[in-house]
Amino acid sequence: MTQVYYEDIEVGSEIPALVKYPTTMQLVKYAGASGDYYQIHYDKDFAVANGLPGVIVHGWLTLSFMGQMITDWLGDKGTLVKLSGSYRGMNKVHEDIICNGKIVKKYTEDGKNYARVEIWAENSQGEKTVTGAAVVMLPSRASTQ
Amino acid sequence: MSPDSVITEELNSLLNVEFGPEVYEIEKGMLKKFAEAIDDPNPRWLNEAPPTFPAALVPRALLHKLFNADIPLKRLLNGTSDLEYLKPIMDGDVISVTAKLTRLRQVAGAEGPTLFMFTEMTYTNQRGEVVVKGKNTYIKY
Repeated sequence: MTQVYYEDIEVGSEIPALVKYPTTMQLVKYAGASGDYYQIHYDKDFAVANGLPGVIVHGWLTLSFMGQMITDWLGDKGTLVKLSGSYRGMNKVHEDIICNGKIVKKYTEDGKNYARVEIWAENSQGEKTVTGAAVVMLPSRASTQ
Repeated sequence: MSPDSVITEELNSLLNVEFGPEVYEIEKGMLKKFAEAIDDPNPRWLNEAPPTFPAALVPRALLHKLFNADIPLKRLLNGTSDLEYLKPIMDGDVISVTAKLTRLRQVAGAEGPTLFMFTEMTYTNQRGEVVVKGKNTYIKY
């Protein structure tokens, strides 16, 4: 994987998207790994009785996919400083979740190079189900010579 | 308290009370299980916690009180999550989590009242260094 440097990025450009396809089994694994056993994430009858269309993906799991998109892009030398997400819609199982990101700001502070990335996840109907932001610190080509 | 407020004395009494610390020993197996669950194959997560791992370091005492509060709203959704990373969480770390409810806000939704519960978490390692600061909003409706 090639390392991304501060000099290489431009405001307005998108970072590589990441597509995931969560299954009910993955939600059960996530429930076990995170300790979030709320039944709307694996018990369809419970979810429907709660007015949901079916089993829905944990917001935190979708945010995890968005986190992976960022750390995959950052490579070994970039650092994630902040990550946030607002859960606006539902992601259902057995549907693609498309994670996207766009650089909205680049700036230097205390000699360090930062970028702010707007991030969002879409369901297969094109609705934005999670929107958020990441702040990242990037290496500079100048300091690696 | 207005007659149709769902914010009870019980909930109000939790405001700005610090819960914890609850202590988690971070082991390789735990990191591996989490990375597998989120389907992130990056080998870095064999020793280091992936970004959303703090979700697994649950401040149980506070959340138990919030989720089981005796109010008429029974359905729960996660509203927002916000994480700030100061240091990495590594295999072998012992992380202490403290949590508090910082704000309650009731709004009139289309299907009735909706309650937003704003929480803040601090994750501190065995050297006393704050590694992550978190905020989470839960929605009862």
